[in-house]
Amino acid sequence: MSEKTTLQVHPHNPYAAGEAQASLNTLGMWVFLTTEVMFFGGLFTGYMILRLLYADTFAEASRHLDLIAGAVNTFILLTSSFSMALSVRAARLGKNFALFFFLFITIMLGTAFLGIKFYEYYLKFQEGLIPTASFVYEGENPGQARLFFSLYFIMTGLHAVHMIIGIFILSIAALMALFKRFSETRYAPIETIGLYWHFVDLVWIFLFPLLYLIDRT
Amino acid sequence: MERHITPFRTYLLVYLSLILLLAATVGAAFLDLGFLNLIITLAIASVKALLVILYFMHVRESEPATKLFVIAGFIWLIILMGLTLTDYLTRCS
Repeated sequence: MSEKTTLQVHPHNPYAAGEAQASLNTLGMWVFLTTEVMFFGGLFTGYMILRLLYADTFAEASRHLDLIAGAVNTFILLTSSFSMALSVRAARLGKNFALFFFLFITIMLGTAFLGIKFYEYYLKFQEGLIPTASFVYEGENPGQARLFFSLYFIMTGLHAVHMIIGIFILSIAALMALFKRFSETRYAPIETIGLYWHFVDLVWIFLFPLLYLIDRT
Repeated sequence: MERHITPFRTYLLVYLSLILLLAATVGAAFLDLGFLNLIITLAIASVKALLVILYFMHVRESEPATKLFVIAGFIWLIILMGLTLTDYLTRCS
């Protein structure tokens, strides 16, 4: 059982397996993730400036968001990151069934997150807080509140799109794990997917306090 | 070559810390601390992000080239936000 993994390096394909491929994939994935940092970064910068200019309205509009739903969703997403980390660990150990199990848990948690998120959207729709022609806001500055809700829907919506893509890729990986397509020398794809999933979690770690917790006193 | 297998205990501790920090950030939002609220919120979010990046994303044990890209990504973000702020914070209305 304590057999050491030997790296099979082929002269024409030196990154074919194991550690070498995993570290290259990791680097490549981080190059992509830096572009994602800037992609979301533009929205966060826009948020920063608008909150700076309209601090009072942003605080007031933020109280219209459902704090409990947001906190529960953060808990769910952090838990899904934990199960994703355990998926990567199972993949590194070459345990296909444990990998399938943890990927399945991650997919379920991700789906639960989206369910709660869309329920929140539905509530906002009922309150008339979707920034369209039918936007209704009973505060002093409906125009500024409209900006807050535009940011809220664009940022959480873009985040939700990332979650949907992630769940789709995780489902393919889970199926592959079920058919024992991974091993101690072939786990790089799971590492890469893991990085993507954790990044989506990372975005939410900042979105939750910035959107839901501006001023609750 | 040795492969890194992080012990289960490490992941569990990181996860429990993340949940504690989530409770802390929600709790702190209900205290009226004025400007400090924003600083505390951002500090907690940054610690959570750091835990995820270092342990869940394994950047702590990754190669120097990967670390360089991770740091570069966030430095560009700081430049984007910092230079934008130099404009908005120095405008006379």
